[in-house]
Amino acid sequence: MKHLLSATDLDASTATLVLDTAAEMATLAGREVKKLPTLRGRTVVNLFYEDSTRTRISFEAAAKRLSADVINFSAKGSSVSKGESLKDTALTLQAMGADAVVIRHPASGAPHRLSTWVAGSVVNAGDGTHEHPTQALLDAYTMRSRLGRLAGLSVAIVGDVLHSRVARSNVHLLATLGAKVTLVGPPTLIPPDLRTEVSYDLDAVLPDADVVMMLRVQRERMAASYFPSAREYARRYGLDGPRMRRLPDHAIVMHPGPMNRGMEIAPEVADSARSTIVEQVANGVSVRMAVLYLLLGGKS
Amino acid sequence: MALPQAALAKSILSADDVKRIVDRIAHQILEKTQGAADTVLFGIPTRGVPLARRLADRIRTFEGIDVPVGVLDITLYRDDLRSQAPRAVGPTEVPPAGVDGRRVILVDDVLFSGRTVRAALDALGDLGRPRSVQLAVLVDRGHRELPIRADYVGKNIPTALSESVKVALEETDGADEVKLYGSSTL
Repeated sequence: MKHLLSATDLDASTATLVLDTAAEMATLAGREVKKLPTLRGRTVVNLFYEDSTRTRISFEAAAKRLSADVINFSAKGSSVSKGESLKDTALTLQAMGADAVVIRHPASGAPHRLSTWVAGSVVNAGDGTHEHPTQALLDAYTMRSRLGRLAGLSVAIVGDVLHSRVARSNVHLLATLGAKVTLVGPPTLIPPDLRTEVSYDLDAVLPDADVVMMLRVQRERMAASYFPSAREYARRYGLDGPRMRRLPDHAIVMHPGPMNRGMEIAPEVADSARSTIVEQVANGVSVRMAVLYLLLGGKS
Repeated sequence: MALPQAALAKSILSADDVKRIVDRIAHQILEKTQGAADTVLFGIPTRGVPLARRLADRIRTFEGIDVPVGVLDITLYRDDLRSQAPRAVGPTEVPPAGVDGRRVILVDDVLFSGRTVRAALDALGDLGRPRSVQLAVLVDRGHRELPIRADYVGKNIPTALSESVKVALEETDGADEVKLYGSSTL
């Protein structure tokens, strides 16, 4: 594996290798020295054209725990605001000797383009409405560690699937790993191109779900008339206490963050024992360590 | 390890030899550590792990002492990571008592360049601060590239660099045997 641009880059055995490696990386958190010498002397550039707190910090922590040197580059306050193109920025990073570039970009496909310009590995940390493969990996890792398996799980992905790169990557990865995915949301927010089950009725899906993944409602979509009002959305597709109690006893509730409490997820649900939201953040570091190790740890 | 079909194999240690050697090293550990108090055995994967378990089992049989056994995966500490495709990382298991202030005995099957042991020392240092570290190996085949020596050696086998030593154990390979493979140029 040279780049990680899409969840479709991963076949079942590679995805399982990432998850197994992440499980070993996770044991580091309990150690006295939370650092490994593995990527000493390698340089990882975080190239962020969009605001992000958890993903950038997560990649930074992952690279530092593997002893890589980390350079953070955010478009704000850089030469990008002076009009530099992605290609010229890429060539600059190339000249600085970046072994890996972690990129987040508002344009779908930007990481793929970047991978043709730089010699190092490229990791997609979210591109437009396309993909966010490391989020899908950490979600799969969280499901596997909570429920013990992935094959055969029923996963409901609820909300604005149309604009969600998290949902898109999850659909691909979970299909590869043998889980059954149902997309749930208002018809205006379900894309027609994803080949998986669709339901417009959250209440009908809940009793059989092992995992409910709530997506963030992007408030700016409301202005574009994808749904009539926040109240109506919350009533039909928000996960509140009574709905949560209709889930099977073992079922878990996930959210990629940042969440709108009271909109797609009620505080009672977000803070319940079923919620894996905080675990997802911790697992994110382990999974990104695994990805960086598998991309950079061997012969380049 | 893939070996050429034409390579000549010579059996060096039989299953009985291996058993006697493990018994002897268990006795030597008890003698040298005066009863193996505060001692932890760490097997280095793959074949160091069953060897460490056998040593602990023998020590229990001989003196009724339970010596904790851990597993120390050294993949992420290797100095040759960049020379090949990424290797799968295996589990590291630390006994509940930890390593701080204890006498740690690293266990491996073959001592060759010493680079594996160097990586193991680094990995161990990240787990804590042992009082001392010793090394037990089934076979020492020479050709050290680092200033490392073993405290307990099952058998010294003089080899040529072109030869290779293959340890088979019941737990990993179905039966105990140590073989020397000659170079195909001979």
